[in-house]
Amino acid sequence: MHLLTDTLSWFFLLSGGLAVMIGSLGLLRFPDFYTRLHAAGITDSFGTAAILVGLAFQAGLTLVTVKLLLITVFILLTSPTSTHALAKSALHGQLKPLLKEDGGASSNT
Amino acid sequence: MKGIISLFITLSVIWLLLSGHTNPLLLSLGLASVILTVIIDHRMDVVDQEGNRISYPPRLITYIPWLAWETIKSNITVAKLILDPKMPIRPNIFTVKASQPGELGKTIYANSITLTPGTVSMSVDGDEILVHAIDQGTADDLLTGEMDRRVTRISGEH
Amino acid sequence: MFTAALFAVAVAMILCLLRMLLGPTVYDRILALNSFGTKTVLTIAIAGFLMGRPDFLDIALVYALINFIGTIAILKFFEYGTLGDESLEESE
Repeated sequence: MHLLTDTLSWFFLLSGGLAVMIGSLGLLRFPDFYTRLHAAGITDSFGTAAILVGLAFQAGLTLVTVKLLLITVFILLTSPTSTHALAKSALHGQLKPLLKEDGGASSNT
Repeated sequence: MKGIISLFITLSVIWLLLSGHTNPLLLSLGLASVILTVIIDHRMDVVDQEGNRISYPPRLITYIPWLAWETIKSNITVAKLILDPKMPIRPNIFTVKASQPGELGKTIYANSITLTPGTVSMSVDGDEILVHAIDQGTADDLLTGEMDRRVTRISGEH
Repeated sequence: MFTAALFAVAVAMILCLLRMLLGPTVYDRILALNSFGTKTVLTIAIAGFLMGRPDFLDIALVYALINFIGTIAILKFFEYGTLGDESLEESE
């Protein structure tokens, strides 16, 4: 039983760490602001949830797990809200999105 | 009144879960802080009058696993796009129709769109949501309208 | 195991900082800041487990709250130039 939870914990922690790294890499690589929002979305949705669930497997059924789940739920609720607020204010600020007609794949940022 | 009672119960449960203390002094201090919070909320007029938010969690149980699975799938799609050396992204903007009658249903729908990587809701205007998608594939997933139907189902008789 | 996860998050934080320094528009910087804050929450949580003191989670929870409110506050200030309603500022 202990081995099983340890393995699951490993799996979630490592895949979460990988997702966080990929998300940040995308934040650096993508060509314009609106596409970078998607990269940040990976970090916020999957990376965070996976790392916190991985920690919860280490903690077992205690109040610590409850706190971890509360943090997870809170981040999953607030990160779309702040992403939406960012996108909306960028739209109001007349920031033009890069569309596929412009060629898409460019790396000259 | 219904809103105040449900707020009181929710706050008390959260206090107990976060602190984990059971000795009388700390419990009474916790009770005092919960009552203070309820009074301030009442004065600020932010206590939910309808009291119908409580009816959401049971129906959310069928929606959350589906959303989690969709999120994982589109995570993999966007991760592939990031790691691809040529980065074959095709960003586009389109509108989808939100068929939920209430504000809360629309909020859940717009937040679900944003939570799924690859699509971000940019602005909500009436019942039309402006969406920015990073790739045609993620846009097509949303345009099938399955997420819209599921959110409408859970926010049903509002 | 915790060290590996902590390392991954640290690398991600450095990438975020780079975007914050490079970011052509102010929105890029705010996005990187928000992302950095989320990773700080993760760092605090993992560090708590690494040191065997899960009490750190309370700090992580509070940091998550402050990160969200801070992002919204910066955006609001940037968009409207004020944090509250104008009538209050005029009366002062």
